[in-house]
Amino acid sequence: MAEQNKPLAGAGHYRIETGTPVSLMAAVGTLIVVALLAALPLFAGRDLLENMIFVLYMLALAQCWNLLAGYTGLVSVGQQAFVGLGGYILFALTLIAGIDPLVAIILAGAISALFALPTALIVFRLRGAYFAIGTWVVAEVYRLSFAQFRQLGGGTGTSLGPDITNAVFAIDRVKSLLDVRTPAARDIISYWAALALAVGTTLLVYLILRSRRGLALGAIRDSEEAAASVGIDNARVKLAVYVIAAAVTGMIGALIYLQKARISPDAAFSVLDWTAYVIFIVVIGGIGTIEGPILGTLIFYLMQNYLASYGAVYLILLGVLAILVMLFAPKGLWGYLSQSYGLELLPIRRRLVWKKDQ
Amino acid sequence: MPLLEIHGLRKYFGSVVAADDIELAVESGEALGIIGPNGAGKTTLFNLIAGRLFPDAGTIRLDGRDITSARPHERCIAGIARSYQIPQPFETLTVFENLLVAAVHGRHKTEAGAAQLCGQVLERLGLLRRANALAGSLTLLERKRLELARALATSPRLLLLDEIAGGLTESECTELVGTIKELHASGVTIVWIEHIVHALTAAVGRLIVLNFGRKIAEGKPAAVMGSPDVRQIYIGIEA
Repeated sequence: MAEQNKPLAGAGHYRIETGTPVSLMAAVGTLIVVALLAALPLFAGRDLLENMIFVLYMLALAQCWNLLAGYTGLVSVGQQAFVGLGGYILFALTLIAGIDPLVAIILAGAISALFALPTALIVFRLRGAYFAIGTWVVAEVYRLSFAQFRQLGGGTGTSLGPDITNAVFAIDRVKSLLDVRTPAARDIISYWAALALAVGTTLLVYLILRSRRGLALGAIRDSEEAAASVGIDNARVKLAVYVIAAAVTGMIGALIYLQKARISPDAAFSVLDWTAYVIFIVVIGGIGTIEGPILGTLIFYLMQNYLASYGAVYLILLGVLAILVMLFAPKGLWGYLSQSYGLELLPIRRRLVWKKDQ
Repeated sequence: MPLLEIHGLRKYFGSVVAADDIELAVESGEALGIIGPNGAGKTTLFNLIAGRLFPDAGTIRLDGRDITSARPHERCIAGIARSYQIPQPFETLTVFENLLVAAVHGRHKTEAGAAQLCGQVLERLGLLRRANALAGSLTLLERKRLELARALATSPRLLLLDEIAGGLTESECTELVGTIKELHASGVTIVWIEHIVHALTAAVGRLIVLNFGRKIAEGKPAAVMGSPDVRQIYIGIEA
């Protein structure tokens, strides 16, 4: 048999390469940017920090949605279910159980993952557009359910008092170390938490894509049938991605509502704020790329900062921009840039390199 | 013991019988051809063997093990690989990644460990120079080759080829038949559905004919193609 296998044996030596010369520079550059961002509270005012918190949590949400839709083909329109869930879990844990808000953020992630399992049982019965609608409907069910909790303010919502938001882990140390007052120290801690979530989510998505599971994601997105025929357990891989995205989205939701200190079902489960804007970010930045959501978040932030005061016109502009990008650069701005200049900052492609035996 | 053993296999789509009490045994190392008119249930039979569809009755055994209710990915891991009639490459992955994902998941290899196998298969099938191109950019012949290459990357014991020569030019077809014969010579068991009968009979040692989900003839290719029943039903020539 071994003798017979010979016709298949080639003459070359083959190995896999992933890095590019640019990617090493990009890795160093990323480290420097992250270090600078971590040091930002030393010289930035509260306005900038609050804006940055927004940018960072939108980035983290965008990375999660991109992992689902861009890499796995699970186009969810219901990620607000887990933003709201995370927010409400934070409120429940801090208000009712008296847990430290930072610990509550982590627990919100774990509990969101638990909720994602039965949710997946329902929505994974649906495919494509039906999956999208199904996730949205489930998010509405979440919204209506949380409106029933009297202890959490029912339909009108509730607030976190300063006694809770100021009781954040290590706030005294931050106050004395940076010589700031309590509200500023609270923002600084939220900022660091948001930075950790944004960087952590981006890194997590990158590591997933570099793993053997990550290789399966693209296969599932392109053809579920063929993916199964080469040994991929589609259901398991998709469930894992869905649960991971839910856990991270739940943590982001908890952080968002710790920062806002006020929650209501309509805001926490808002499809516009936590899914439509996020889709906009990913689509204009570049779906199915890690760099795209970063670019998209910056564009979204700038547009919101300068144009949001125009109200309806701003929303129309967002829509027009999204449509233009979809028509003329379907892979988003990053996709366009990387295609035009061959850029790949965070390489996930496996390239085969070989040398011939003489 | 046969490598693949099918017993009493039935599949209905509503009132249409796509597989009607099919009995089939494929010995290890054999090359079996399947022909039959459109709608005879050839692809359905493959879908049943590969786990894309589940039968209404009957059993499928691979190496004596009952796989009738195994899911598609489990059958791949058990050793069954297939190529699709309409190629289904992972278009946004590169050609090499198409094979890599198959080797890593179909054979539980590490990525580094799979690179050598994938490189060799690509070289063997003349796709090496396209290794790092996106699969979506391939020509039809290259796509057909990729179907075959990806199936081979799972190191199958049983290879199911669904009309892999369809749509190719005469010389492309001859080349592909050569490749398949070599694969067979290297020890892979092959079941091949094909409309291009001369391509099929050049490569297989045994032929079966399906019509309306039933096996109507079986034997040496020349004898089967010469039988009046087959000539009438399949080729439409009055005997």
